[in-house]
Amino acid sequence: MAADFTMPSLGADMDAGTLVEWLVHEGDVVHRGDPMAVVDTDKSAIEVESFDDGVVQTLLVEPGARVAVGTPMARLGPAEAPAPVAPAPVAPAEVPAAPAAEAEAPAPVAAAAGPAPAVQPATEPVTTPRRRAARPPARPRAHPASPPVRHHAAELGVDLTSVDGTGAGGRVTRADVDRAAAARHRPPAAARRVSPYARRLAEELGVDVDQVVGTGPGGAVRADDVQAAAVPAARREAPEVAPAEPAPAAPTPPAPARAAGSRDAIAALMGRAKREIPHYYVATTVDLGPLTDWLRRTNRERPVAERLVPAAALLRATALAARAVPELNGFWVDGRFVPGEDVHLGVAVSVRGGPLVAPAIHGAADLDLPTTMQRLRDLVARARAGRLRRAEMAEPTLTVTDLGDQGVEEVIGVIYPPQVALVGVGRVVERPWAVDGMLGVRPVVRLTLSGDHRATDGSTGARFLATIDRLLQHPEEL
Amino acid sequence: MTTTPAQARTMVGTAILRIVPDADVDGVSPDADLRQTFDLDSLDFLSFVELLTQQSGVRIEEDDYPELATMASTQAFLARRSG
Repeated sequence: MAADFTMPSLGADMDAGTLVEWLVHEGDVVHRGDPMAVVDTDKSAIEVESFDDGVVQTLLVEPGARVAVGTPMARLGPAEAPAPVAPAPVAPAEVPAAPAAEAEAPAPVAAAAGPAPAVQPATEPVTTPRRRAARPPARPRAHPASPPVRHHAAELGVDLTSVDGTGAGGRVTRADVDRAAAARHRPPAAARRVSPYARRLAEELGVDVDQVVGTGPGGAVRADDVQAAAVPAARREAPEVAPAEPAPAAPTPPAPARAAGSRDAIAALMGRAKREIPHYYVATTVDLGPLTDWLRRTNRERPVAERLVPAAALLRATALAARAVPELNGFWVDGRFVPGEDVHLGVAVSVRGGPLVAPAIHGAADLDLPTTMQRLRDLVARARAGRLRRAEMAEPTLTVTDLGDQGVEEVIGVIYPPQVALVGVGRVVERPWAVDGMLGVRPVVRLTLSGDHRATDGSTGARFLATIDRLLQHPEEL
Repeated sequence: MTTTPAQARTMVGTAILRIVPDADVDGVSPDADLRQTFDLDSLDFLSFVELLTQQSGVRIEEDDYPELATMASTQAFLARRSG
């Protein structure tokens, strides 16, 4: 039973995506959840994972190609019986390969043919029957490596086929990969491979690909390499630009094409939001004195890497409030409210000089504060590096936009359809504040809620903000 | 071993470049606000502190953050604390 690896839908507004690079080779054994490819969605580059166990038989799509959602991109064969057992018709016979493979490997790898994330089952297209002509089965490769090691190799651009395994049974270890990466030298320019996407990008950015150091397999030049090379090139052109405005640094995904595509995607989505959603807005100012005092105390006892920031506590409180007021956690679909099955908290992240993306922290209401903090850091770091995972782009049930670091005190946001609410967080500022008839100076933050008036009324939004306020007064319980 | 201003400058530069890969760290004036100049949000700043801690071996508390405002103040801070 071969299953196709198809272009996934990574958001309600996505209808096609560009394959940026493959993270696997033909012949690789993959497991459900292993990163397969990097896909560019106009908004962000996302690592897409395999939905099945199996062996990569054929890569059907070249990097750089833009294909519609649902298009098969790679053919997976059964994991148990790798290609060599089935010498499928090598000659261009009229016998289709798939039935042959099925006959010889009846063991169904997984009954889960379409185990799409539960959040968005509808977007996972049913695997179409294989009509494509048979291709010779991929030559089996003998370079066993665990998925983490393969992923590591992919990150370093090390071709596993060229690595001698020193582990048990000739397995390739992480150390082997590191050695291979260190030993790699730059191949002569003439023999270099440049992915089509990288080539196009190079043209757009005015980068000479021959001067680019390739980090892909065999020194192949990848899009990342071009982007890395483009940055110094850009600086050379504009020598001493005083950072009057904080330079809109665009280290990772600065492709003009992406920026334009992202603008289009945001324009379409926000246009739809303002056309269709009758927004209402409620706001409140919350005393963060207890939270900041508590954070200062707890952070003193924490290693630097595990320190907590107020933004994480605000997310945590929002996730709990979303569970307490479920009318705001979900979607408006076909004229009615569909509650989210869990709280998937979208976090609007502005990528330096790049697009706005809103990946989700899944099951946010079940994560304690330190875990929320960890997820937040991880999510933001990867969003900026252009490496979000597919599951993170699946529909959030409620989104938070925190512009406090940008210096504004209040955000009155636009709801991301089909969600029914959006929480805005401003900057934490010190203000005169009266408590029990006494005036003092306290850190406060302005919270807003934009609600879809079709789904709820202002009183629901008010209850939601009051819940967050109450939670933030007892930070030790977060 | 006291951290010299030059060492501190390198540490700050290295840390900033890890966070903002194309930042012009050499061009930053000693008294420019680092957070503003490099557009660091609270998560970036935490990473900055983490990287500085790793490189300098100095444990930096939240109460010390105001001393990391500029290149000059960070140099002074690291020199004092590492001494």
